[in-house]
Amino acid sequence: MNFELLLQLIINGLIVGLLYGVVGMCFVLVYKSTQIVNFAQGEFLLVGAWVCWAFLIYMELPFVVGFLLTLCFMAVFGVLLQMIVLRPMIGEPIISVIMVTIGLSIFFQSLTKWIFGVSPQSYPKVFDTQSVSVFGLNIELAYLMSTIIALCIMVGFFFFFKYSKHGLAMRATAFDQQVAQSLGISVKQVFAMSWGIAATVSATAGVVIGMVNGVSDSLSSIGIKVFPAVILGGLDSIVGAIVGGVIIGVLENVAEFFDSQYLHIGNMYDIAPFYVLLVILWFKPYGLFGTRDIERI
Amino acid sequence: MSSLAMRPCGDFRTSYKKDNTIFETKTIRLVATLAIAAACFAPLVLDGYFLTLFIQISYLGIAALGLNILVGFTGQISLGHGAFFGFGAFASAWLNTSFNIPVALCIPLAGFLTMAVGMMFGMPAARIKGLYLAIATLAAQFIIEDFFARAEWFSGGSSGSMAAPVNLLGFEFDTDQSFYYIALFALVFMYIWGCNLMRSRDGRAFVAVRDHYLSAEIMGVKLNKYRLLSFGISSFYAGIGGALYAHYLGYVSAEGFTIFMSIQFLAMIIIGGLGSIKGTLMGVIFMVLLPEMLETGVGLMKYTDWGNIPMVTDGLAYIKEMAIGLVIILFLIFEPEGLAHRWAQIKNYWKFYPFSY
Repeated sequence: MNFELLLQLIINGLIVGLLYGVVGMCFVLVYKSTQIVNFAQGEFLLVGAWVCWAFLIYMELPFVVGFLLTLCFMAVFGVLLQMIVLRPMIGEPIISVIMVTIGLSIFFQSLTKWIFGVSPQSYPKVFDTQSVSVFGLNIELAYLMSTIIALCIMVGFFFFFKYSKHGLAMRATAFDQQVAQSLGISVKQVFAMSWGIAATVSATAGVVIGMVNGVSDSLSSIGIKVFPAVILGGLDSIVGAIVGGVIIGVLENVAEFFDSQYLHIGNMYDIAPFYVLLVILWFKPYGLFGTRDIERI
Repeated sequence: MSSLAMRPCGDFRTSYKKDNTIFETKTIRLVATLAIAAACFAPLVLDGYFLTLFIQISYLGIAALGLNILVGFTGQISLGHGAFFGFGAFASAWLNTSFNIPVALCIPLAGFLTMAVGMMFGMPAARIKGLYLAIATLAAQFIIEDFFARAEWFSGGSSGSMAAPVNLLGFEFDTDQSFYYIALFALVFMYIWGCNLMRSRDGRAFVAVRDHYLSAEIMGVKLNKYRLLSFGISSFYAGIGGALYAHYLGYVSAEGFTIFMSIQFLAMIIIGGLGSIKGTLMGVIFMVLLPEMLETGVGLMKYTDWGNIPMVTDGLAYIKEMAIGLVIILFLIFEPEGLAHRWAQIKNYWKFYPFSY
């Protein structure tokens, strides 16, 4: 058994898993505050990464400026999306809401394919050195940066929800919309804000992944991979999303390792999370940290 | 069936049997019969292009009706219908080549095989619902898709598998003209069966589960049984549709049955109208014609002042996909009850013509 390779894969899984956790967190944020399951989460990554790429390549802006402009763009994008498309859907049955986000995801996926093409493009180099050695393991600098960014976002989320006024308003809305409304919180604003935050933070993850692997339409598949992660953690738990993301990230790498060494089934990297998903839904549908739906008659 | 349509004056229902008829009035029945009779002569008049479109509408229409029984009538959500459609296609080709079963028998058998697979993946439906079910069926979609790529004994792996044309009493249905009749027969048969199902005890149970599952359970409707049955019937329809698709094209490859196909099926029933059999067909016709219309529109564009815009002509495939996404969003915002509802409104408008409001 090749322990070195396994360890490397587990570390990779942790790094990728943290990014899944970040995207999952945005997903949970939208779900908690607006009760909308966002199937277009992956397209936020995709659009964000492409927009940033366009800023850097076509307008030749320095990375920091381009990145900040992208974040502003994505915040406006998310808010507008909520106002134009999702606001009329309040109160509609769940299938309609799901389908609207699926419609959005198809639309933006093909729009980016149309505008930017299907071949992957790489970002201009940001760092001089490619990889650093941490405890004797080679880790790409971009990966290290992605881990730091992911951790920063998580800490940021924590302080935002714990101490800021808007974060408190969002938590109140998630807890009980009517009570929040009667206390003077603008629920409309909270809805728009949660979409804006989700779009911005997902775009950050998109840019980070784009810097490591290049930008292509495969970025949107992260939006699908997030489902196993958030279901494992519990659909309405932000901590659960992070834990679920890390577990799924490690799991797909470990599954890939055992498959390539012993089983030779193939394609385990992509498909193992979905088997896990089915198993969780079967035995523990509310995940590790999710609240149980109790229905009263 | 639908109570939306206005009934003519003096047409009173005096028995349950009359209240349950498929065709509400004699005129509607006459029109439907005449339409089917006229459709029988279509190959003599229409050329291959229109026949291809019709055959496409019929196999997609059968599968979409299955999805509407599940989503529109039972209120379950499935994001894996495209994979079941594909399973039906591969199953029929596999039964034919491996066991030498005649194709005409393979198609219903493929339906039953798909039904078994659908019920297997529908089993979580007994425990979970709504959103969680949507995600479970999403997992089913990816797992079945992966199975197609992997199981060479079943699907031929990456090279795909061949499907022989339908052969009935020594006659080969291998041209558009001849296959048209198979497609027409299957479409009419499956739609009448669907109508009949919805007016039977089981159909009423489905609607009860959708409208208020607690009340349904209290009234003695077995929730688990009907949720599972609905999954089974829906997959059966998908399997039949897929099998027809396979034997029409003569070749099945694993690439086609992606999540995008499942979404297209959902789009069809949402555009047509959830919980409407007539609407399903309208939605399918809309979705099949939409890309064709776009193609014609872009083709006509070079005769206008704009001329040939290379960005548009080259990106036509993406524009078609974008149109599908856009149509889903627009319909859900502006006409959530679909074309069937719009059709009823138009009918009512003309019924009261000068006095409608």
